[in-house]
Amino acid sequence: MSSIISRIKKGQWWKFHGGIHPPQQKHFTYNKPIRNIAMPEELILPLKQHIGQKGELIVSVGDKVLKGQPLTQSHHPMAVPIHAPTSGTVKAIHDAPVAHPSGFNEPCLFLEPDGNDTWKKRVLCENYQQLSHQAIIDKIANAGIAGMGGAGFPSHIKLNTKPEIEFLIINGAECEPYITADDLLMREHCNTIVEGIKILDYILKPQHILIAIEDNKPEAIKAIQQASANENNIQVCVIPTKYPTGGEKQLIKTLTGQEVPHGALPNSLGIVMQNVATCFAIAEAVIDDIPLIRRVVTVTGKAVEKPQNVWALLGTPVKHLLTQCQYQPQPKEHLIMGGPMMGFSLPNSYVGIIKTTNCILAPTAKEIPNEDNEVECIRCGQCADVCPSQLLPQELQWHAKAKNYDQLTKYNLFDCIECGACAYVCPSQIPLVYYYRIAKAEIRYQQQQELKAEKAKARFEARKKRLALEKIKREEKHRKAAEARRAAMNSNSAEAQSAKSAVAAALARAKAKKAQTAEQQESSKSQENIVEKNTSDKKSAVAAAIARAKAKKSKTAPKVEEVVEKTNKPAKAAATQQEAVPAVDSKKAQVAAAIARAKAKKETQNKTTKTTKTTKADQTKSSNTTTAKPDATKATKTVTKKTAEKQKATSKKTQSKAKPAASTTKKVTAKAKAAPKRTTANQKVTKDTKTNDNEKTNNIAVTSAENAEIKAQKIKAAVAKAKAKKAAETNDANNQNTQESDKKQRIAAAIAKAKAKKQQLNQQQQEST
Amino acid sequence: MAFFIASSPHEHNRSKTSALMRLVIMATIPGIFAQWYFFGWGNLIHIGIAITCALITEFIVLSLRNKPLNKYLLDGSAILTAILLGISIPALAPWWITVIGSIFAILVVKQLYGGLGHNAFNPAMAAYVLLLVSFPVQMTNWQPPLSLLPIDLDFNNALSTIFTGFTLEGYSVEQLRTHIDGFTMATPLDTLKTNLTLGLTLDEIHRAMPMVFGENFALGWEWVNAGFLLGGVFLLIKRAIHWSIPVSFLGSMLIFSFIAYSFNPDLNPPTMFHWLAGGTMLGAFFILTDPVTCATSVKGRLIFGALAGFLVILIRNIGGYPDAIAFSVLLCNMAAPLIDQYTIPRAYGQGTSKNTEELK
Repeated sequence: MSSIISRIKKGQWWKFHGGIHPPQQKHFTYNKPIRNIAMPEELILPLKQHIGQKGELIVSVGDKVLKGQPLTQSHHPMAVPIHAPTSGTVKAIHDAPVAHPSGFNEPCLFLEPDGNDTWKKRVLCENYQQLSHQAIIDKIANAGIAGMGGAGFPSHIKLNTKPEIEFLIINGAECEPYITADDLLMREHCNTIVEGIKILDYILKPQHILIAIEDNKPEAIKAIQQASANENNIQVCVIPTKYPTGGEKQLIKTLTGQEVPHGALPNSLGIVMQNVATCFAIAEAVIDDIPLIRRVVTVTGKAVEKPQNVWALLGTPVKHLLTQCQYQPQPKEHLIMGGPMMGFSLPNSYVGIIKTTNCILAPTAKEIPNEDNEVECIRCGQCADVCPSQLLPQELQWHAKAKNYDQLTKYNLFDCIECGACAYVCPSQIPLVYYYRIAKAEIRYQQQQELKAEKAKARFEARKKRLALEKIKREEKHRKAAEARRAAMNSNSAEAQSAKSAVAAALARAKAKKAQTAEQQESSKSQENIVEKNTSDKKSAVAAAIARAKAKKSKTAPKVEEVVEKTNKPAKAAATQQEAVPAVDSKKAQVAAAIARAKAKKETQNKTTKTTKTTKADQTKSSNTTTAKPDATKATKTVTKKTAEKQKATSKKTQSKAKPAASTTKKVTAKAKAAPKRTTANQKVTKDTKTNDNEKTNNIAVTSAENAEIKAQKIKAAVAKAKAKKAAETNDANNQNTQESDKKQRIAAAIAKAKAKKQQLNQQQQEST
Repeated sequence: MAFFIASSPHEHNRSKTSALMRLVIMATIPGIFAQWYFFGWGNLIHIGIAITCALITEFIVLSLRNKPLNKYLLDGSAILTAILLGISIPALAPWWITVIGSIFAILVVKQLYGGLGHNAFNPAMAAYVLLLVSFPVQMTNWQPPLSLLPIDLDFNNALSTIFTGFTLEGYSVEQLRTHIDGFTMATPLDTLKTNLTLGLTLDEIHRAMPMVFGENFALGWEWVNAGFLLGGVFLLIKRAIHWSIPVSFLGSMLIFSFIAYSFNPDLNPPTMFHWLAGGTMLGAFFILTDPVTCATSVKGRLIFGALAGFLVILIRNIGGYPDAIAFSVLLCNMAAPLIDQYTIPRAYGQGTSKNTEELK
């Protein structure tokens, strides 16, 4: 420590590796005072002018703003606000090219000055030492101050440092060729700068304050020395001119011999560095309550006739500055914001000055040639000799061109400060820094992708785990439920008993029905048989009724006859009604029954047509109606019985219920009328009845609610059609029995008649019973 | 109007590879002048042949590879290679030696490896080694200094000898090399090697053939080496080459020749002889410093030069060949990538004490 100070006092400096001595070119501007320029017609203010986050807008288009009024705000620590550089109107807010090497468009605020330059209400601070440290830091943050040397690091972050500060270094090196902004500022405003340094001293309490100025600025050195003569702990360090001495890391090395560790900030060494222009801005902000709204910009280059340093409001378009300094348009226009070593080309001149803009360089083509003379690297190693980070640029470019990113990391690409010394000396004129920038961006992108992939993987793993856990839980739950059920079954509780008995009853019913079906199957061989069997059956009464019906039928037309035949089943159903009804214990079952009924009717129609054939009925008619395949009709034959059984299960009541239902489905009816394809319907029904068949063989009662549930889905599909048909038929029967021309209608009419008869029969039966 | 966009830095010191090459070519002038002074026109003629062949080869290959001729043909690298080869070849060697050598250097060693900047070996030295192992007789027919020649070897005689094998008067190269006393003269290094293998000591050799060695160390050769040393110093002053390789090469030769000399002064020549005989200075300042084929970092170059010096002494003192610059250069070229791997300099802020503490 003491040795550092004694060395500094002796004017002995450490040497950082490499460095170059490009032509300084400062003579264009260094002997002219900072000029005030005319107010531009428009100010272009990018919302983000520093490193970090941009603030949120707090004004909108059309707002009148006063000079110094904040335009953005944010609570993010890395965000600093921007302020209105003059009073005026917010004209627009949209994306526009900004002063950034990327050349991307970013949100900008366009301010039209009103020319009055009306200040907002300012609160002057007589004695900042009465304020707390935090209050001053807040003031600095609210004034929007970010490092004005080039990087634009928010100043209040640097000041909010915890560790003890040994050195506060004020950077007035300004090593880039052409630029004299800091030089002029030091000469003209040395007192304000020293004021700013004192404020920093008050906040940081460093042991030593070093003001580093390159020895090519004798007047600035003199001015600062005079201004700081009364300050004991301020040491003005006159350091040798070499590019890039002004780099933070290089200046620290030069002054203290220490190196900022890779990946760390200078404050880890107990060092804080601020630019002289930042000190000036801090003094103005803390004492005069002037936010950062203007800065000194060197407008230089051989393409401007009057190169000079100017006070430029932030947001001043570059074009305005150039006009003020009498820019001579060049055949191949090239504008550089910043110095010739680290500045970047501007996409056009409608770009606003930002907080970090220290120079606008407008060179002629001869001054800074724009040719691409790149040839192969001959590994001469001159780049490595001048690299201030002590890298091997020739190896880096080799690997960067080969996209060998692992090697680049190994060769410490990320320690490159992009000073451009290597490219400056390269005899092969390779744009080395350009290759490094691309490689850096590529590596960063890859790292981000890797991070993303890792996150995605973690998410996926977590999900898999969660699903597995849920599965286990679910299985456990199911197992418990099953156990509980089993336990309930086995226990002697009343519920269990009733459940058991219900099941048993259902089974018994199913059996009984099966037996009946078997009987009926036998009887289904011929019409006569049915009748005979039926008569021999318990429900002989029904059979008698059927016989009566037949008798009647025989008198009627053959068409009607077939329908009458069908009515047998409903009749039977009516007979077995009382037995079957209890079985229908759920709504679903009822619905299913209704469906079945509908089907049954159709079936019977098919059947009857068939039987009509045998009974020498009208053959043309039957051929029309019976288009189902032979086997299908066979199936329908057997199924007919079953459907008949179903019919049994359905009561007369349900039948009558179905009628209103049919009337409600008039729309469907209309449809059915419009495009009824009986044959397809029949086929469909046949299919359904086939399934019914299966059910039957399974010994599961058709009436059982469970079956109805299982079939519900399939049946539902058929329901609509069946209902429609039925409805159509009933409707036909009610309204259109006179229209004999249509065969279908005729059938329907017949059905209707048969129904009527059936009901009569039922009534008779009931009366008789 | 679109503005010109370029990546920083925009400023450049306007140096060019071709300028660097020109500088190196200029630096060979003192050495070539000494060669001309002591050995006649032979080497200049060879240099001319080599440049012609090299440029023609370069032109053909660049055309085939669709490379911009204006950028690469006259960048000086091919010319420099040809000059170095022309310097290395015996002054009165037949013309086709140079033709084969320069075509091989450009076509195989340089362009087949990818052209400028991509060759692993020094083209001139690789070609020299090819010629030496393929045509040992022609490549060892070193002509003694003019002062020792029985006839006046002017430009026409030299030209005639190179293209026909005989001077205008009809002397063969073999006859030119024969001393009045009847023995064949060779280079000091060759003489030394031959006689050492015959069992003589250094002292005896010097007494037997004082004219080969002259009054100082090696007649003629010492001045040629001095000429190249002068050119080398010029390059150092101009910062065209880095000091590391010549210093470490010559230093390492000093150390190892001193060790050998102290070990047995009768069989191992002293350092000054090593420094000023054969192609030592040419190798130190013009061959080893070829940036393409040498190591990268300063540390690496120090190792590279030291290794080359060690190999030269080893081969000269123990090996079978009288001179060893070409072989040691090629061996070091091979070692350069490995050296680079282990000599990456510590970057700013990397591996500082504080940094390692943090890592711990």
